[in-house]
Amino acid sequence: MSPSQPVISCRNVWKLFGPRPESYLAGLDPAAGFDAIRADGYVPAVRDVSLDIARGEMLVIMGLSGSGKSTLVRCMSRLIEITGGEIDVDGRVIGALSERELIDLRRNKMGMVFQNFGLLPHRTVLDNVAFPLEMRGQDIHARRARALEVIELVGLAGREDYFPRELSGGQQQRVGIARSLAIEPDIWFLDEPFSALDPLIRREMQDEFLRLQAMLGKTIVFITHDFDEALRLADRIAIMKDGAVEQCDRPDRIVMNPATDYVAKFIEDVEKARVVHARALAQPVDGQTLTGAPVDGSKTISQLARLLVNDDRAILPVSGPDGRVIGAMDRQQALDVLLGAAQ
Amino acid sequence: MTVAATNASAPMRPQSRPRMAQFLFAAALCLAVAKLALPDGLVRPPDWLVWPFADWFNAVFSFIRDDLGLIHVTRAFADGLESVLDVTANLLYGKNRWPRLGPIPWSVIAITAAMIGYAINGWRLAAFAGLTFVWIAAMGQWQWAMETLSVIIVAAPVSVFLGLLLGTMGWKSARFRLVLNPLLNVAQSLPHFAYMIPVVVFIGVGAKAGAIVTIIFSVPPMIRMTMLGLQKVPSEVVEAGHMAGATRWQLLRHVRLPTARTELLVGVNQVIMQCLAMVVLASFIGMPGLGQKLLQLLQALKIGRSIEIGITIVLLAIMLDRCSKAWAVKQPVHLEKGTSWLMRHKLLVIWAALVAVFWALSLVFPILHEIGRRDALSLAAPLDAIMDWIIGTLDPVTQWLRWFLIVWVLIPLRDGMLWLPFSAVLVFLMAVGWAIGGKRSALVCLGYFGLIAMSGWWDRAMITVYTVTFAVFIATLIGFPLGIWGSRSKARAQAVLLVCDTLQTFPSFIYLIPVIMLFGVNDVAVVGAVVLFAAVPLVRYTIEGLRGVPEAQIEAADMSGATRRQTLWSVRLPLALPTIMVGVNQSVMFSLFMVIIAAFIGTQDLGQEMQRALSSSDVGKGLVLGLAVSFMGLMVDHLITVWANRRRRALGLS
Ligand SMILES: Nc1ncnc2c1ncn2[C@@H]1O[C@H](COP(=O)(O)OP(=O)(O)OP(=O)(O)O)[C@@H](O)[C@H]1O
Ligand SMILES: [Mg+2]
Repeated sequence: MSPSQPVISCRNVWKLFGPRPESYLAGLDPAAGFDAIRADGYVPAVRDVSLDIARGEMLVIMGLSGSGKSTLVRCMSRLIEITGGEIDVDGRVIGALSERELIDLRRNKMGMVFQNFGLLPHRTVLDNVAFPLEMRGQDIHARRARALEVIELVGLAGREDYFPRELSGGQQQRVGIARSLAIEPDIWFLDEPFSALDPLIRREMQDEFLRLQAMLGKTIVFITHDFDEALRLADRIAIMKDGAVEQCDRPDRIVMNPATDYVAKFIEDVEKARVVHARALAQPVDGQTLTGAPVDGSKTISQLARLLVNDDRAILPVSGPDGRVIGAMDRQQALDVLLGAAQ
Repeated sequence: MTVAATNASAPMRPQSRPRMAQFLFAAALCLAVAKLALPDGLVRPPDWLVWPFADWFNAVFSFIRDDLGLIHVTRAFADGLESVLDVTANLLYGKNRWPRLGPIPWSVIAITAAMIGYAINGWRLAAFAGLTFVWIAAMGQWQWAMETLSVIIVAAPVSVFLGLLLGTMGWKSARFRLVLNPLLNVAQSLPHFAYMIPVVVFIGVGAKAGAIVTIIFSVPPMIRMTMLGLQKVPSEVVEAGHMAGATRWQLLRHVRLPTARTELLVGVNQVIMQCLAMVVLASFIGMPGLGQKLLQLLQALKIGRSIEIGITIVLLAIMLDRCSKAWAVKQPVHLEKGTSWLMRHKLLVIWAALVAVFWALSLVFPILHEIGRRDALSLAAPLDAIMDWIIGTLDPVTQWLRWFLIVWVLIPLRDGMLWLPFSAVLVFLMAVGWAIGGKRSALVCLGYFGLIAMSGWWDRAMITVYTVTFAVFIATLIGFPLGIWGSRSKARAQAVLLVCDTLQTFPSFIYLIPVIMLFGVNDVAVVGAVVLFAAVPLVRYTIEGLRGVPEAQIEAADMSGATRRQTLWSVRLPLALPTIMVGVNQSVMFSLFMVIIAAFIGTQDLGQEMQRALSSSDVGKGLVLGLAVSFMGLMVDHLITVWANRRRRALGLS
């Protein structure tokens, strides 16, 4: 397994819900659209999705309700069998794993936070969090100690003995997060993990995840409805519509070059200046003469707003991470991003 | 005509259904009117139509029993069960068997019951449970009550275990479910006696047989609740289990079964109540205990003493029901951190202490150990006096009612029912089926009643049909207005529902006491018991249906200026009708059970034959009779379910 090999690789993955999906898919006209499939009585929850997720990457999946985000993630963890295509995890075809191998994979490599938490109602917070460890056969003292550690981490210390029913929605969600943290998985599926949290804790949790990812190199697939959250976290964003991935790219590229009308509409309300980095606007220098101090390419346009408004150069040099000039940015174009194009 | 109906294209369906039904109604009427001109073969099932099912059943049974040697298996199982029964019998009432520790003093058992009540639901249940046992001891019924309880204590857990096992298998395998579901339907509509006969053949009579018949009878609801509970586990919880890397067994043991807790405990509640109902009835196959005593006293018409026993059975029923229901809804609550061991196990410690204290006291004061015949209280004398007075006062009324009902209602109805040609009845039922659910339902009706005709018990079956029909009719006349009255206000509805709930926990046997008291041993008493028993679900579902009508609909009616009466008749009742019909369905089911049970006080229907089959241990006959009763119930169940579902859909309620 080479380091450049993707951790998860989906190739033409289909998931249809309906009476006899396999045979239907086999006879399906490749050009058939969402509505045609629906009209035949099938729900195409995932449609011909191809994606590679690299080690240590954080991929954020976005899309409207019912667009198939949760289903795609369930396919990746093989909680549901796919109808067509192939998914590789760590270089192994996940659909071909035996029950035993699958259990081992989940015990050692995967973790998941569920949209509706999926807590066991008859177990205390502590026992819920320790559950994956218990399934692995860890002894009671070790698993209690580990569970207490992660409970502390999500800010639920002191509530170990509560039952899920006795907690608020946000607290329950944090129990779900703690449970998936307990085994320190390499691959992490997070289905709207922060949806029920208040802004403060949400931010703390986001930081915690960024820290873990940077430190331990986790591969994370993250579903959210919140664009700000996506921007904060994502290496890449995949935008889904009716089961298909419309575009999967770096956030600023999506914002600058939406691949389809749908994506364009989807990001309509996003404040571009907060997404786009100066380096994304940098053009090759092409022998122009650049004057003055370069701007930092890793800053967003909104961070550079004051400078852009006050500076009077038409072309600004942009510097890379090492301080060398990597290109030139048209100030007018940057101002268009900041203020919206002139009508 | 049939061809036209099947080939009719979809838009024509709604029209062809009533037309076909009308045609069948007319045909039935013609058959009835032209009875004298009909050939004999259309009046009564001809010989070639009556198949010797009973002989076949008997052949199969004796093959299984003797040739396959199943009798050894059942005997071995029964012997195993008996040794467990001996233990509880020794502990509870001192039967001279291993471990020879008993009997436990009654005061200790009473305090234990109170502690269980407290742990489950607080002071009130504690007081109720404790006082129930005090009453039993004080009335000198300890021995009999413990004979009954010692069987329940063994039978209920075995039932629960078997139900869990079969229910899990049914949940797991669709193919198994395909076999299981129809079996459960029949099993749950089979009258109690039908279970007893095979048990008598395989096991014999006595406590052992009583326990086994109780187990068999009480398993079906547990199987159903297990399947339901496992199906209802939220998929995300199961997925969380998968992601934790749980194996199949771990998933079942740690995720699915615990999450289905509430349904499983509701199943346990039903098992316990079924056990109690059956254990009382098992007196017919020599099971000692409260049921046997009650049977003897009723047959001897000792009203006062049978009321005493009746009260005991009722108290036990309420106590068992409340405890198990409270357990089902009780949710775990966390303890504060740093609670000491003693505080965590506070109730256990207190219980142990109390047991020690009462045991010691009972050594000093024998009255706390056992209340002998001589010290026992009895309300029989005053009760008898009161009853005599009541009966005496009511006598003119009851006499007249009895005379009126027998001479003017029951006998003419019965004669009319028997007069009808069987072909007319079958065609009429098909017409009803067709009107309600089209061809399929018509065939279902024909199938069920055709089989009854083929069983050779047509006349007896018609007597059962007439008793049940008449009783349900009267029950509707009583239950329906009572339900409307009860649904007027929320508080009243709650109160009436509580009464209904409580009445429904009583073993059916209990309902015989008041009617025998008032009417003596005859047909009217049977009808009376059936009416009482069948009115309860009607009241209950009428109230639930009426209270369940969405508030918005009622407000809309109020806003359009409807009077209360108009709202009731044109808004509430139509919307509540599907639910009310579920009550009618249950009421028919209950009536069938009751008619068969009441047979021992003298009827001429299937029940009487069932009693005969029981006393001659005729498995085949008993099973045929039982199935005949079950088919009646299943037919009504089918019709009402189809109707109610269609109605609900039409009203947009489902
Ligand atoms: N078990 C199932 N059977 C049939 N259809 C299903 C099933 N699960 C999901 N679907 C359908 O698949 C589609 C995608 O569902 P999915 O749960 O993946 O949406 P989602 O993008 O996660 O939406 P949300 O943001 O609301 O969580 C929906 O149309 C849904 O109705
Ligand atoms: Mg989702």
